[in-house]
Amino acid sequence: MIELDDLCIRQGAFALENLSFQVPSGAYSVLMGKTGCGKTSVLECVAGLRTPVSGRIRLHGHDVTDLAPGARGLGYVPQDGALFRTMRVRDQLAFALVIRHWPVRQIDERVKELAGWLGLEALLDRFTHGLSGGEAQRIALGRALAFHPRALLLDEPLSSLDEDTRGELTSLLKQLHARENLTVLHVTHSRSEAERLGDVIFRLENGKISEKGP
Amino acid sequence: MTSEHRPGSNLPFFVAFSLLGGSYVVLILAMLAADIFKTSPIHFWNALSSPEIRYSIRLSLISCSITAILALWVAVPLGYLLSRTEFIGRTLVDTVLDIPIVIPPLVVGLSLLILFQTSPGQFIQKFVPITFAIPSVILAQFAVSTAFAVRTMRVTFDQIPVRTEQVALTLGCNRSQAFWRVTFPQARRGLLTAGTLAWARSLGEFGPILIFSGATRMKTEVLPTTVFLELSIGKLEAALAVSLLMVVAAVIVLVIARAFGLRGAGLI
Repeated sequence: MIELDDLCIRQGAFALENLSFQVPSGAYSVLMGKTGCGKTSVLECVAGLRTPVSGRIRLHGHDVTDLAPGARGLGYVPQDGALFRTMRVRDQLAFALVIRHWPVRQIDERVKELAGWLGLEALLDRFTHGLSGGEAQRIALGRALAFHPRALLLDEPLSSLDEDTRGELTSLLKQLHARENLTVLHVTHSRSEAERLGDVIFRLENGKISEKGP
Repeated sequence: MTSEHRPGSNLPFFVAFSLLGGSYVVLILAMLAADIFKTSPIHFWNALSSPEIRYSIRLSLISCSITAILALWVAVPLGYLLSRTEFIGRTLVDTVLDIPIVIPPLVVGLSLLILFQTSPGQFIQKFVPITFAIPSVILAQFAVSTAFAVRTMRVTFDQIPVRTEQVALTLGCNRSQAFWRVTFPQARRGLLTAGTLAWARSLGEFGPILIFSGATRMKTEVLPTTVFLELSIGKLEAALAVSLLMVVAAVIVLVIARAFGLRGAGLI
């Protein structure tokens, strides 16, 4: 479960006050709202990339508000994928496992498993230059899932893709959610995307969160 | 009224801009051509045969290389901090870094000389002789060229998306791991650029070296000092030959820098 309790976020003149919502364990939740309403700021707070002014963030009952991003055990996929330009696809997928000092054989097995799920086998030895938007997002997804995160945070992962690729990735996200029994918080401005994917839909409007249901 | 409109020829625009911009390129080429026509291979040979000039070439190459390495040691952390972090006094630090760029180089040399006349400076000199010795050459070059290296590294880090570093943090890295594994490898071209700029800038440094190191033959003599000394004794041909050697060295450095994408980064 991801739980936000009275969260306040401020950046310059922009502020979000007293945000509270809960994402049930194993649910695919979507946080939607207009561009600039603060969805990404909320996601960054959960990921540990932004410090809230006040309020608490709990993950499966544990308070993670003061933990460093890497100690929260959350997978994070930003809007543009943010792939590491100097690494091959194989190294991107293995990155979190190398940091965690997994044995080489287990890293290889996990990379192969992820590449199989995400259709990346043919790309493993390539650098990221020249990859399509869909390929880049699948790699970013695999990189975030590699270490079996406790929850997955997705920041508009489909917004820069063409319609066909968006459809493919939507199916892939549904499959992965079911297979890994993941708790997901997905941020988007697209109502259709929210309705296709969300078990729970939250709407962020005028600084207030409301639950819309699926 | 009709919607028909003919925008006219683009030729006058490009001709005017080419003439205005081209006049500066012509000036540089004319200066180089004048130097080349005024000298001859025999002057080069004579210059290279002189032990004093060979010493100054050797000292220039060694001191510029040491300076470039020292400049990078400072430029990488400082460029990164200025690019990625907010701290009290950041604007002040940023302004201070512009001082060696905007003040006359002679003033840098004079300030260094005065600094090493103070009690702490004198104390250091009890252990390492600096003023009017070889370390002063490196320190004078370092004082000026590092500012350019820091600027270059800052622009380099500005151009690397902060998001990749943030993703690395969520994947389990601390700031140090995120920097060395993700950001630094992406900064390799900028590093080479900063190093070559610091090297080239050091090669041409004269004012601060003259004041802080003196112009002693076979001791603190670097290539710009040689040009000055040869001119002062009326050996114009030798001064020209050494000048052209410096031009060749600078061109080689700039070609390397451009080959590694400096131009694309908009830094030169």
